[in-house]
Amino acid sequence: MVQIRAAGVALYEGAFNLLERPMLALQRVLGQHRLAWVFLLPNLLIFGLFTFVPIILNFAFATTSGDRIIIGDRPYVGAANFASLLDCESYLNPNTCRRDLFWRAVHNTGWFVVLQVGFMVLFSLITALILNRDIVLRGFFRAVFFYPVLLSPVVVALIWKWILQRNGVLNAGLDWAGFGTVNWLLEANWAFFWIVFVSIWANMGFYVLILLAGLQSIPGDVYEAAEMDGTPRWRQLLRITLPLLMPTMLVVLVLSLIRAVQAFDEIYVLTGGGPGSATTLLIQYIYDVGFATRPRVYGLAAAASLMMAGVLFVLTMAQLAATRKRGEDG
Amino acid sequence: MFSWLLGRRGRNGFDLTDWLAFGFLGLGVVLMLGPVLWLVLSSFKTEAALQEFPPRLMPLAPVMVEVSGHAEPLPLYAITDGPEAGRELAQIRRIGLNAQMVDPARPDEVLNIHINDREAIRSVAVATENYTTVFTRFNFLLYFWNSTFITVVATILTVLFNSMAAFALAKYRFTGRTAVFVLIIATLMIPPTITLVPLFLVVSQMGLVNSHWGVIWPAIATPTGVFLLRQYMLTIPDDLLDAARMDHASEWRVYWKIVLPLSAPALAVLVIFSVMWRWNEFLWPLIVLNRSEVFTLQLALNAFQGELQTSWSNLLAMTVLTLLPITVVFAFLQKYITQGIAQSGVK
Amino acid sequence: MARVELQGLVKDYGAVRVVHGIDLDIADGEFCVFVGPSGCGKSTLLRMIAGLEEISGGDLLIGGTRVNDQRASERGLAMVFQTYALYPHMSVRQNLAFGLENIRMPKDEIARRVGEAARMLQLEPYLERRPKALSGGQRQRVAIGRAVVREPRVFLFDEPLSNLDAELRVTMRGEIAALHRRIGNTMIYVTHDQVEAMTMADKIVVLRDGRIEQVGSPIDLYNRPANRFVAGFIGSPRMNFIPCTVVEADGAGAVVEDATGRAISVAVDGRGLNPGNKVDLGVRPEHLRPGTDPESGAENGIAVSVGNIEQLGGESYLYCSAADGREVTVHMPGQTGIRRGDTVMLAIRPEFCHLFRASDGVAQQRLHVGEAAGQAL
Repeated sequence: MVQIRAAGVALYEGAFNLLERPMLALQRVLGQHRLAWVFLLPNLLIFGLFTFVPIILNFAFATTSGDRIIIGDRPYVGAANFASLLDCESYLNPNTCRRDLFWRAVHNTGWFVVLQVGFMVLFSLITALILNRDIVLRGFFRAVFFYPVLLSPVVVALIWKWILQRNGVLNAGLDWAGFGTVNWLLEANWAFFWIVFVSIWANMGFYVLILLAGLQSIPGDVYEAAEMDGTPRWRQLLRITLPLLMPTMLVVLVLSLIRAVQAFDEIYVLTGGGPGSATTLLIQYIYDVGFATRPRVYGLAAAASLMMAGVLFVLTMAQLAATRKRGEDG
Repeated sequence: MFSWLLGRRGRNGFDLTDWLAFGFLGLGVVLMLGPVLWLVLSSFKTEAALQEFPPRLMPLAPVMVEVSGHAEPLPLYAITDGPEAGRELAQIRRIGLNAQMVDPARPDEVLNIHINDREAIRSVAVATENYTTVFTRFNFLLYFWNSTFITVVATILTVLFNSMAAFALAKYRFTGRTAVFVLIIATLMIPPTITLVPLFLVVSQMGLVNSHWGVIWPAIATPTGVFLLRQYMLTIPDDLLDAARMDHASEWRVYWKIVLPLSAPALAVLVIFSVMWRWNEFLWPLIVLNRSEVFTLQLALNAFQGELQTSWSNLLAMTVLTLLPITVVFAFLQKYITQGIAQSGVK
Repeated sequence: MARVELQGLVKDYGAVRVVHGIDLDIADGEFCVFVGPSGCGKSTLLRMIAGLEEISGGDLLIGGTRVNDQRASERGLAMVFQTYALYPHMSVRQNLAFGLENIRMPKDEIARRVGEAARMLQLEPYLERRPKALSGGQRQRVAIGRAVVREPRVFLFDEPLSNLDAELRVTMRGEIAALHRRIGNTMIYVTHDQVEAMTMADKIVVLRDGRIEQVGSPIDLYNRPANRFVAGFIGSPRMNFIPCTVVEADGAGAVVEDATGRAISVAVDGRGLNPGNKVDLGVRPEHLRPGTDPESGAENGIAVSVGNIEQLGGESYLYCSAADGREVTVHMPGQTGIRRGDTVMLAIRPEFCHLFRASDGVAQQRLHVGEAAGQAL
C-alpha cells in the first residue's frame, strides 16, 4: 500500500517535472493571461476534431447519397434523403411509408419514450418518497436500487435474457403455477414490454437518487409547521412535498426523456430489434442503415440523426430551463 | 391513501404504513438484486444443469456413472415405483414414455421403466470449469486488457485535459473566455449518438478504425467534466493562487501543485464517471472495433451471445466476470459515488 | 531591504480609472500604512506593487530599479493576504517551505529558515498540522511566517487582521509591530481601520477614490489633518463638525459664529478667509468639556442638549444635539453627573479647534499645535 502510494506520488511529480520547463518557456513568451489558451488547447483540439467537425460534416452527409465515406466522392442530392424519409401517405401507418422501417422505429421510439419515462418517473418517485422516510437500512436500500445503474447495458441485457429464455426461471415459475410458458422475446408485444421493463430496471436508481436529493433538500421545519397546523399526511404530500419537489421532477423528466430517445444498448443486445422490427428504435435504425447492413447508406443515417437532433435540441433547451429554475429555487 | 409514503420513524410501534413501505422495499430488493444473484448462481452450474427445466436453485448436477459397454457416462436414477422400486439404475436412452435402463452392477440386463417411476439422482456440483474455460478457450484476459487499457488511458486523459481547460476557464481573464465556455456548454446538447456517421469518417480518415485510440480520442473532451471541474475550481480562492505566484510558482506549478490537489473531490467524481462511461460503453466501440482481437469486454460478450453454438455456461461466467470490477468498486465507494452523482446530477 | 518609489502610478480597468497617478516615496525600513474607506484603491495599489495587477501607467521603483515589467515572484516581495491564503492541502511546514522549494533552495537552508521563522512566531508545536487544525491567530502567524522565510526586500500586508476577533487583533497588531522592529524591513500595510494605522505606522497614506489625501506620521495626521476627509477619518470617535460663518479672520486667529449666532474664537491662521465665508468648525470629542453653567454665556463654546450617555466607569461618552439638530459627541475621562435631557454648555478651547473651508474642505493652518498637544484640558 505504501509502495503504491509512493509510486503514485513519483508519477505525479514526474509528470509535473516533465512539463514544467516547456510550460514555463511558454509562460515567458505568452505572458500569464494568454497562457490560458495553452491550458485550453488539448481539450479544444479534441472538441473541434471529434465534435464540431462532425456536426458540420453531418449536414454534408445528409445532403449527399451513395455508400462512399469520403464526402468528395458522394453526389449531392439536396434534401432527397429527408424527402425519402418523410415520404409517407400517413405518418400514423408505417406501412404506407417509403422508409417503413424508419417510421416503425419512430413509432416504437415514441411508445417507448412515453411508457419508459412515464412508469420510470412514477416508480422512482414512489421509491424516493419511501426512502425519504426515516427508515432503517436506508443506505442499503438506496445502494440496492442504484446498483443496476452501474452495470453495463450488455450485462443487463444478458442477465434478463437468461431469465426470459424459453427454459428460464420465469417460465419455470409460470409453469409451476400452471400458466404455461411464453416465448417472451419472440412475441412482439411481450418483447416490447420487456425492453421497457429492463430499461426501467437499469436506469431507475439514478433518478431515485436525484429525487431523493431533492426531497432531502426540503427543510424539515416546513413539515413541523404543517404538523403544528394539523395538516393530514396526504395533504402534506400533495401541498408541500410535491410542489417543492417540482423543479427536481422537471429535471428528472427532461433528463430521462433525452436518454429514452437515444435508447439503444440494452435493447440491441436483448432483442436485436426483433422480433421483426417490433423493438427497433431510432438509434438502432441509424446504426443498421449506416453501419450494420451493406451497402451502408450514410446519407439516410445522417438525415435521420439530424431529425433526431432537432427533437433532442428542444428537449435540452427544456432541460437547461428546468435546471436554471431548480438553481433559482434551491 | 398516500399516508404510507410519508410516515416517519420516532413513533411507537410498527403501523400499517411501515409494513407497506417495507413490503415495497422488500419487493424492490428482490427485483433489483434477484436477477443478478440468479446470474451468479447459474454461472456455477454445469451445462447439463443449465439445460434442465424447471431449473433448480442450487447448482446441482445429475450423477453420472460409467457403465461397461457404454462409451459415455450414463445418468443415474432412483426408481420410485413399479416392480423395480428401490433400485438405482442408469438410463441408456428414452423411448416415448419408457426409458431403457440398466443396473451398473449388471450391465447386460436392460430394463424398461416408465419415466414417471424414476427420479434423477443429483449432487451439488460447482462448475468452476465454466470460469477456467473462459480464460483458456475464450481469451477473456485479452478482452479484459482491452477494456482496462481503454478505461485507464481515457480516464487519465479526460481528467488531465478537462481539468486544464477548467482551470483556464475558472481562473484566467482572457478575451474569448465566455465564447469558449458557451461553445463547450453547447456541446452538452449534441450527444455523440447524433454524429455517429461523420465521427466515423473522421476516425477512419485518421486510420483509427480497429484501434483502441479510435475509442479513446473521441471520448475524452467531455463537456460534463469541464463544466463540473470549472464549477468546483471557482470555489478555490484567487488569493491562494496569488500567494503561490508570490511564492515563485509558475502558472504550471500553480495548476499542478495548488489547484489540482485542491480539486481532488471533483476530480474523484469525474474519475468515477469516466471509468463507468468507458468500461460500459457499447455503441461507439461496436462501430469502430470490428476485429475480435481488439474487442472490449462488452463487445466480446455481445459477440458470444450472438453465436448460436456458444454455451450458456461460459457466457454466464463471462458476464459475471464483467460485472465484477464495477461491483467491487461500487461496494467500496458506494457512498462517494451516490453522493457525487446526486450532487452533480449527471451520469 | 529597499526603498519603494511610486511615480505617477495609474490603474485602469477598461475605461474606468481606479488609481489616479499616485506619487509616493517609502523609505528603506519604513512601516507604511495605506488607509482609506473600502473602494479607495488601497488594495489595488498594493497588488500593483506586488505585481499581481498590471500597472497601466507610471513607474514603480524598488531599490532604485524599475520593476513594472517584472513578474510578482521576481520583485523580491512577500505578501500576507487578508484570507491568509494558506495552502489547505499542505502542513504548516510545507506551507512555509513551498516558496523556497520553488526557487530550488538547498534543503538545509530551507530547514534553517523554516525553523527560525517557526521559533520567532511560536509555531513550532504546529509545524505538522494542516491549516484547518489551527486557530485564527495561528493561521495568521503562519501567513506571516510564509512571508518571513522568504527574507523579502519588502513585506506587503493586505488587511491581514480583518478576519480576527477584536482581542486577537490587538495582540497581532503588537506582534507585527514587534516583527518590524526586529527585522527592520520595509513594510507596506493596507487597512481600512484607522486604529491599526495609528498604532503601527511610521507613515500613513490616506487614500480616497484612487487619490492620496494626505501623507504623514500618525500624530501629524491627527494634529494637522489637511482636509475635512482626513480629519473625519483619523481619530475615534470621529471629529465633530459644526457649520459656521466667519465673523473676522487674520493671521493671528479667527472668530466664527454657529447657526445660533454664538461667537467662537479659533486659533488658526485665518489668512485667506473673509467675513461671511462658510466654514466647518472641527472639534474632536476628547477636546470638548461640559461647562457647569449653560446660562453664563461667557465661555467659548456651544450649547447642546444631551441625548444618550454611555458611562464606562473610566471614561464617558455623551451624544448630544446642537441647536440645529446636528450630532455632537463628547468623550471625557472619568464619570459624569450629567443626565439625559440636560442642556449643557460645551467649552471649546481655541487652540484645539480645526477650521475647514466649506467650499473644498481644505484645512486652515493651526497656530499652537505643539503647545496644545502638551497641555491638559
